[in-house]
Amino acid sequence: MKADPRGVLTGIHFIDGDHACCEGALAAGARFAAGYPITPSTEVVERFASRVPKVGGTFIQMEDELAASITLQGAVWGGAKAFTVTSGPGFSLMMEHIGYAAMTETPCVFVDVQRGGPSTGLPTLPAQADMMQARWGSHGDYEIIALCPNSPQECFDLTIKAFNFAEEFRVPVMFMMDEVVGHMTEKVVIPQAHEIDVVPRKHTHKSVEDYLPYGTNGDQVPEMAHAGEGYNFHVTGLTHDEHGYPNMTPPVQDKLVRRLQSKIRDAADRIAMFEEEELDGADVVVVSYGITSRVAQRAIEVAREQGLRVGKLRLITAWPFPEKKIRELAAKVKAFVVPELNLGQMVREVERAAAGHAKTYAVSHAGGGVHRPEDILKVIVEASRCQTA
Amino acid sequence: MSDSLIDIDTNNSAVNPVEPFLRTDRMPHIWCPGCGIGTTVNSFARALIDSKIDLGSLALVSGIGCTGRVAGYVKLDSFHTTHGRAIPFATGLKLANPKLNVVVYSGDGDLSAIGGNHLIHAARRNIDLKVICVNNLIYAMTGGQTAPTTPDHSTTSTNPYGTFEPSFNLPHLVEAAGAVYVARWTTFHVRQLSRSISEAFKKKGFSFIEVISPCPTLYQRRNKLGDGLDTMKYYKEKSKVRNGAPTSEVGLSMTGEIVVGKFVDRDRPDYGSMMRAQFTESLGDKYVEQDEKEVPVCS
Repeated sequence: MKADPRGVLTGIHFIDGDHACCEGALAAGARFAAGYPITPSTEVVERFASRVPKVGGTFIQMEDELAASITLQGAVWGGAKAFTVTSGPGFSLMMEHIGYAAMTETPCVFVDVQRGGPSTGLPTLPAQADMMQARWGSHGDYEIIALCPNSPQECFDLTIKAFNFAEEFRVPVMFMMDEVVGHMTEKVVIPQAHEIDVVPRKHTHKSVEDYLPYGTNGDQVPEMAHAGEGYNFHVTGLTHDEHGYPNMTPPVQDKLVRRLQSKIRDAADRIAMFEEEELDGADVVVVSYGITSRVAQRAIEVAREQGLRVGKLRLITAWPFPEKKIRELAAKVKAFVVPELNLGQMVREVERAAAGHAKTYAVSHAGGGVHRPEDILKVIVEASRCQTA
Repeated sequence: MSDSLIDIDTNNSAVNPVEPFLRTDRMPHIWCPGCGIGTTVNSFARALIDSKIDLGSLALVSGIGCTGRVAGYVKLDSFHTTHGRAIPFATGLKLANPKLNVVVYSGDGDLSAIGGNHLIHAARRNIDLKVICVNNLIYAMTGGQTAPTTPDHSTTSTNPYGTFEPSFNLPHLVEAAGAVYVARWTTFHVRQLSRSISEAFKKKGFSFIEVISPCPTLYQRRNKLGDGLDTMKYYKEKSKVRNGAPTSEVGLSMTGEIVVGKFVDRDRPDYGSMMRAQFTESLGDKYVEQDEKEVPVCS
């Protein structure tokens, strides 16, 4: 279906990533947000709080992130599209409810505008050090989807995508911004509502008698009902059967947890989004995401000027990790160079997927700023000279 | 041979009036013999009958623990959430669909310890939720650890030499935080409890009903207070109905008087009304109330 025009601020804007993310959420149909103030993400909900009473929806500032991250899920079961927005310390507090959303298959979006950590770290300065936390931060086995915008325009476009994935797969989607992308002001083009594709809730059409809340129908994603519709369904974070009833036996656990995993993994190729440039014939491929991809762009261009054959692979989908793409490239290139604003997170995934067929070089940065292009360039040069793995 | 005056047909016995409210396919339940939680559910179901609540618009949210399992046994839209977070989940549910009647049904540890912050803020906001707090004075599901409500000098698995922390007086707490309706009963007071729940359904705003309930397996046994029946006798003998009692005077002790009754019944605008009023005043015609959720007719 197409976007509800009431939420779409069609036009050409000069806004920052945080504000663009809010507009993306509104365009995607989000009419509920619960949040707790935290730098550098608060501008998203500040804008939402200002905008949403004029489009028919609710923002509530909760008493903490534990509350915000579950209040939004109550709203989803009440029929809304909902999200929350936070940064490092708040993201840590939300982990249990990312697991709850995964387990109960509650479609929702968690926006994390990453700042330096650990702990209070660097509240106003960037990092990309929550990437593994986004994937693994809650206990138990589960899958999520994580997207990484690198511009305010993408903060708009990909927030819509995040909501669409959340609805399609009934999964919590992590929207992994960083402080620079969040606070960077650029041109953002918001199209007309009829040009924006929006995935509606996967609502059941079955009768009360026929409806199985966690029954699957071939594509592994159950149909949903909302409270107040007469279905009298039960939702629990306990291991549950197709009725949604607790059933804490190893076979039911196995069936449920494997489905939560496979519904995402089986669709990984479709979820995987990346931007590629000059991969054919490349000796070295720079793999980056978020703000770092824009710094890496300069390093790549200088390296090419120096005659090096450098390809670019920008990850837009971080999770599920596009390992097939890396595996294919590893068979052709000498090395991957992975700059990121952390001491080595996604580089581990690149190295795992490359499986020794190509070398992997990390260009780490503890956060608080962005890389200097020359630091990335130095590693590209070094990688170009390496012997084939 | 049957010479009984009452003809009991075991194949077609009269249906218990609360049975339609229960997921009978999930019986037997997990609660221990002598536990009071089932009694509270019975009173709750009778309140639903008496108050003629539209069950289709009723949702029940629980946290974690023995009382947290109530959500799994009632034939309603029911949510068994995370530990301590029933109230914020219910807040989202209510705000997204204001037509819903949302009940939070959970235990003392869930609502007042791990969820204590949410309890006071929901009362402050006066969110239109009906909170039923089954207070068994202990963490029961995990094996009898000290709760914020455990009376002084009780023996628990984490205070084997006796508790010494002062305990929470929950009616006092929620009244101070802003609840519009506060009552306390014990599981001996099944009719009064039912009536209180019915009254709470008529209130708009944050309502809190505490039900003192036995945990014979852990609290009573460990403190040599007898079994479930002994506890009923204690509730009967030591409870004193004091409607309108100042909540500062209703703290609990291990074997002392239990002040029960309706302590608070007052009116102030609930969160939804205040929100709509504020937006109407500030935004005028630009304010768009959220779409009413259409309730589809289910065949």
